[in-house]
Amino acid sequence: MGTTDVPVLRATGVTKRFGHVEALRGASLEVRPGEVHALLGDNGAGKSTLVKMLSGVHTPDEGTIEIDGRTVRFGTPRDAQEAGVETVYQDLALASTLPPGDNVFLGRELLKPGLLGKLGFVDRPAMRRRAAEELATVGARVPSAVVPVSALSGGQKQAVAISRSLIWGRRLLIMDEPTAALGARQTHYVLELIKRVRDDRGMAILLISHSLPDVFEVADRVTVLRLGEDVMTAPIGDCTTESLLGAITGATTLGARKEAT
Amino acid sequence: MSTTAESGAQTPAPAQNPAADRKAERAQKRAERYESLTIAGILLLIIVVFSVLAPSGSFLSLDNLRNVALDASTMLILAAGMTFLLIAAGLDLSIGAIVVFTAVVAAKVMAALAGDVTIDVAQLNHPHLFLALLLGIGASLLVGLGWGLVNGLLAVRAKIPAFIATLATAGVILGLAQVWTGGLNVQGAPIQLQEFFGLGSLFGVIPWPVVVAIVVTGILWVILGWTRFGLRTYAIGANPDSAARAGINVGRHLLILYVLMGVLAAIVGVIDLARFNTASVSGHTEDALAAISAVVIGGTSLFGGRGRMSGTVIGALIPAVLLNGFVIMAIDPFWQNVAVGLVLLGAVYVDQLRRRRAQQG
Ligand SMILES: Nc1ncnc2c1ncn2[C@@H]1O[C@H](COP(=O)(O)OP(=O)(O)O)[C@@H](O)[C@H]1O
Ligand SMILES: [Mg+2]
Repeated sequence: MGTTDVPVLRATGVTKRFGHVEALRGASLEVRPGEVHALLGDNGAGKSTLVKMLSGVHTPDEGTIEIDGRTVRFGTPRDAQEAGVETVYQDLALASTLPPGDNVFLGRELLKPGLLGKLGFVDRPAMRRRAAEELATVGARVPSAVVPVSALSGGQKQAVAISRSLIWGRRLLIMDEPTAALGARQTHYVLELIKRVRDDRGMAILLISHSLPDVFEVADRVTVLRLGEDVMTAPIGDCTTESLLGAITGATTLGARKEAT
Repeated sequence: MSTTAESGAQTPAPAQNPAADRKAERAQKRAERYESLTIAGILLLIIVVFSVLAPSGSFLSLDNLRNVALDASTMLILAAGMTFLLIAAGLDLSIGAIVVFTAVVAAKVMAALAGDVTIDVAQLNHPHLFLALLLGIGASLLVGLGWGLVNGLLAVRAKIPAFIATLATAGVILGLAQVWTGGLNVQGAPIQLQEFFGLGSLFGVIPWPVVVAIVVTGILWVILGWTRFGLRTYAIGANPDSAARAGINVGRHLLILYVLMGVLAAIVGVIDLARFNTASVSGHTEDALAAISAVVIGGTSLFGGRGRMSGTVIGALIPAVLLNGFVIMAIDPFWQNVAVGLVLLGAVYVDQLRRRRAQQG
C-alpha cells in the first residue's frame, strides 16, 4: 500500500465549540489505508471530541470530513457505522447488565428468519454464537452466553467492545484510549490485537492515546493535538520521546525535525 | 498473512481460564434461578399458609381465586407497563391520575352518546349502545395515549427528571378530572358495560377483566423477553449514552414507553368503570406506588437495565393474595400494607446487594 492512496479518513479544519469552550480549533487529520495512526495530546486537547465528530456523536461546527475521498456528514452514530467507521469509545459504551452477545449486536440485532423476524423477534442463539466466534478470533476467552458484561474483567470488556467493532467495521477502527484502564498484561494483549487487526484485516486504525510507549510499539504515523489544533504529524520513525513530549506540551515543535536528520 | 485461527492462538487471552469462565456462567445462572425461585416461593408460602389456616377451603375455592385474580388484574396491567419503564430507567407517577381521568372520559362519552333509556319489557335499552361503548372506550384510550405523550415529552424531550415531571402531571391530570366532574363520581355509563364485561366472564369462568390482563401482560412479556424492542429497553436502562452510540434512537424508544404506559392506564380506567359502573375520582391515588412496588418485589431494578416480567406477575399477585387472605381470616386488612411494605424492603435490599456486587465485578 503506497502513500499515494486516497486516505481512508481526512478531516480538514474541524472546529467544535461547547458554549464558550472551543474544544477543537481547526484540527486536521489524515489516516491512510492499512496504517495505525496515533492521535496524541494532553488531557483536554480535544482528542475525544474529535473522535465523537468522526463517529457521528457530535457534528462539527466547521470543517469537513472525508471517507475514502468522499465528503460525509454524520448526523448520527448510525451514519458513521454505515460508512464503515467503527469506534471503541473510551468508556467502551457497553450495556453492563447485558451479556456480551447482546452487546456485540446492540442496535444491529440479528432477527429470526421469516415472520417472527418481521415482528422483531431477535435470534439470541445466533447472536451469542457469532459473538463467541468473534471473541475467539480476537483471542479473548469470554463467557458469552449469560454472564452480564459488568461481571467481566477490564480486558474482557475491552475485548467485547473491540469484537463489536470488528464484526461491523470495514474501513476504519477508532480506539479512544483503549489501554488507559488496563494493567500491563492486558495492555500488551490489546496492543498485539491492534497490530493483528491491521495486518490480518487491512483495516486502518486511529489510536487515541497518551501513552508514548504504546504509540512507539504499534503506531505507523503520529498526529499531535494541542489546544484543539494539530501541531505535528510525522512517521513514528522520525519521532523521539522528547520530540513528541515537546509537541504535546508546546515546549517545542522543532524536535521532530531536528531528531530526524 | 496468517489465518485468523492461527493469529487467535498467538496472543494469550486476558485474565481467566475456561474452567473459571464456565464456573462464572454456572454461578450466574444459579443466582438468577435462585432469585426468581425466592420470590415465587414467598408467594407459594403465603398461599399455603392461607389455605391451611383459612376456614375450610374458603381460600382455595374457585370463587375466591376468581376474586383474587380480579383484584390483581388491573394492578397487573399497570405493573406490566411499569416494568418496561423501570427497566429503561424511566418512571411514571401519574398512572393513577390517568386511570381516573380516562375512566371519567369513558363514562362521560358513553353517557352522552348512549341516548335515553327506554323501558322495554324490563330491559334498559339505549338506542346507540354499541356506538357509545365503542367511542367511549376509543376516546378513553386516545386520551390515555395523549397523557402518556405529555409525560414522555416532558421527561424525554424537555429532560425534566421523570420523578418530578410525572409527579407534576399527576397533580394536573387528577386536578383537571376533579374540576371537570366537580369532584363527584361520574355515573350514567350503560349498565350493559358492567353486566357483560365488568361482571361477566369468559365461558362463565374467567372474568373478562382478568382475560384482558392476561392477554395484555402476555403480549408485553413476549415483547420484553424475545424482541428487539425488549432488548433495547434493557440496553437503554443500563446506559442510555451507550445505547445511543450503538445507533439506537433512545428518545423515541422512551417516548413510546411513556405512551404505552398512558394507554395501559386507560385500559385500567375502562375496566374500573366497567367493574363498578362508576368513574371514581377519589380512588387510585396509590396506584403508581403500588405498581412500582409490585415491579420491584418482582426483582426489577430501580436503577434500570435489569428485570423480568415473570417477577412482576408474582409481585402483582402478592399484595392481592395478602389482602384477600387477611379479609378471609378476619385479620385487620390494614396488615396487608405492613406485609407488602416488608416484602418490598426485602426486594430493594436484594437489588442493592446485587448492584454493589455487579459494580465490584
Ligand atoms: N460535552 C461537552 N461539553 C462541554 N465541554 C466539553 C464537552 N466535551 C468536551 N468538552 C471540553 O472540550 C475540551 C476537550 O475535551 P476532550 O475532547 O475530552 O479532550 P481529550 O479527550 O483530549 O482529553 C475540554 O476542555 C473539555 O472540557
Ligand atoms: Mg479523552
